[in-house]
Amino acid sequence: MTTVDNGVNVQALLDARKVLAGAPEAAQFTWRASSKWQNGVHSTTTVEKFFGLGQEQAHKSEAVFDADHPEVFAAEDNGITPIEYLLVGLAACLTAGVASVAQNRGIQLRSVESTVEGQHDIRGILGVDSDVRNGFNDIKVTFKIDADASPQDIEALVAQSQKRSAVFDALTNPTNVTVEVA
Amino acid sequence: MVVIGAGHAGLAASHFLTERSIDHVVLERGEVANSWRRERWESLRLLTPNWQSRLPGLPYAGADPDGYMTAGEVVELVDRFAAVSRAPVRTGTNVTSVSGVDGGYHVTTSRGEIRCRAVVIASGACNQPAVPRISEAVPASVEQVTPLEYQSPAKLADGGVLVVGASATGVQLASEIRASGRPVTLSVGEHVRLPRTYRGRDILWWMDASGVWDQRYDEVDDLTRARRLPSPQLVGTPERGTLDLNALAAAGVELVGRWAAVRDGRALFSGGLRNVFSLADLKMERLLATFDEWARAHGHDGSPERFAPTRVPASTRLQLDLGSGEIRTVVWATGFRPDYRWLDVPVVDPKGQLRHDGGAVESPGLYALGLPVLRRRKSTFIHGIEDDARDVIAHLAGYLAVRR
Ligand SMILES: Cc1cc2nc3c(=O)[nH]c(=O)nc-3n(C[C@H](O)[C@H](O)[C@H](O)COP(=O)(O)OP(=O)(O)OC[C@H]3O[C@@H](n4cnc5c(N)ncnc54)[C@H](O)[C@@H]3O)c2cc1C
Repeated sequence: MTTVDNGVNVQALLDARKVLAGAPEAAQFTWRASSKWQNGVHSTTTVEKFFGLGQEQAHKSEAVFDADHPEVFAAEDNGITPIEYLLVGLAACLTAGVASVAQNRGIQLRSVESTVEGQHDIRGILGVDSDVRNGFNDIKVTFKIDADASPQDIEALVAQSQKRSAVFDALTNPTNVTVEVA
Repeated sequence: MVVIGAGHAGLAASHFLTERSIDHVVLERGEVANSWRRERWESLRLLTPNWQSRLPGLPYAGADPDGYMTAGEVVELVDRFAAVSRAPVRTGTNVTSVSGVDGGYHVTTSRGEIRCRAVVIASGACNQPAVPRISEAVPASVEQVTPLEYQSPAKLADGGVLVVGASATGVQLASEIRASGRPVTLSVGEHVRLPRTYRGRDILWWMDASGVWDQRYDEVDDLTRARRLPSPQLVGTPERGTLDLNALAAAGVELVGRWAAVRDGRALFSGGLRNVFSLADLKMERLLATFDEWARAHGHDGSPERFAPTRVPASTRLQLDLGSGEIRTVVWATGFRPDYRWLDVPVVDPKGQLRHDGGAVESPGLYALGLPVLRRRKSTFIHGIEDDARDVIAHLAGYLAVRR
């Protein structure tokens, strides 16, 4: 029997699950991003530090994200549109979930590809029609997975990854958002 | 020895205590089978078939093994069990406190005090409705009902009803309220889909025959999850029909996602409905595949049956204005939980559940029966009590013998 290796340390995750069951305080994380206006609709957001396991933590290095709008919006296109970052987050989160669940279920992955499409009626943000919402109307994710598993097991992988996905939850369920001026 | 509760679980404990000649009383705040008399809606029938309505020493002997008992018939069954096993029941005796004392327990009741060496808690797993906090944000113009109060559609206000939760209770109430002509919206979270019959037999026959019901608590992969599993979407009707979400949608029930929040007087539902459908469909397929496997191995004729996937509505509403008058009543079919406010022994976890190992509660001499997957998957069901009660009372007898 060959051992399955998707590069996910599932044992560490299972151990964390056990430890955190008895220590809910340590499970409280705060993720942070700081943003700075550049010019026009271009901004730069950096992500480095976060809080978790009871103390300040940091990524290995700071990550910088440019957000702008494409030329069809009469902008300079110095980066992707903010709402596209949601698609990045969703795809990345579901993919991570697929890899983790596959590892936990002993399924060897050969390739996992997905495309994410968000349907967006921009009449909302432009204020053309107040009945149209600002955000996505619909998001569709299509996975192409090559793995040592039956089509049904692959379906189950994808379903379980949604069930345990932070971004899927954040997009499908309402969240309280407070915006203040400091 | 004190047993708390004269439902089928407490009476089964009594049966095995009597068999071992262990002196005991069964304390019951109401009457025998109180929850079946007072806490069930009018149309309720068991979702388990009659042949499974068996108790220790009392096999089903009626003429309709494949039918489903009404609540009234369950009362008769439990009454008969109490009579046949000559259970020493003290009715109208409410237990208001149990505390640990040297060598045993001190039990305070509405009719006096009892000192005893051991206590079996059989007070039920469904004493209170588990209603989520969002209920507090529902405007006063909307009536709220729990399954413990619900009687029949006729007692509800005219107009729209939002049923929350799609386990057995939720699908059954949504179905009968819809049949009364009211518009019904059903908020669906994770659920367990099952067909009523499979390959010509009751689905619960397959659970029984293939050994799923008998799976022990120490063999279950994720016991916490197994103990929190919602009840399956099943109803016991003379027609033996399936009551899954496709059946409800065909009857005109509108399906929406899990109710996540109330904001500005509007109910907000999850957009993840499609995935809870997939999860339930996949789990059902997996279970049916294990039945097919079992059938093959045991030489049963017939071939696998497969069911249409749960149909995803073309579009589902993500919000609903609770102030518009569209919804007049919310029915919280969000599950039940036990009530241990009278228990003054520190054995209840922060989620309100007893800490126990297969019915032996963390405090020596304290035992429990009738809780989800107490010792087996079938623990909370009528047919599941015999094996559990026998084991738990054997443990208790061992405890008393050592301590004598
Ligand atoms: C809606 C519903 C449908 C169900 N359908 C089925 C089904 O189809 N098939 C099946 O097998 N099972 C079914 N069950 C599960 C199970 O059979 C019932 O919950 C059953 O009532 C459990 O029996 P019990 O003896 O454990 O508890 P209960 O029947 O609840 O008995 C507990 C007794 O303890 C008494 N009590 C509680 N607290 C105290 C106290 N402090 N002092 C004195 N007395 C007290 C109560 O009055 C009650 O009489 C269903 C449950 C519910 C809620």
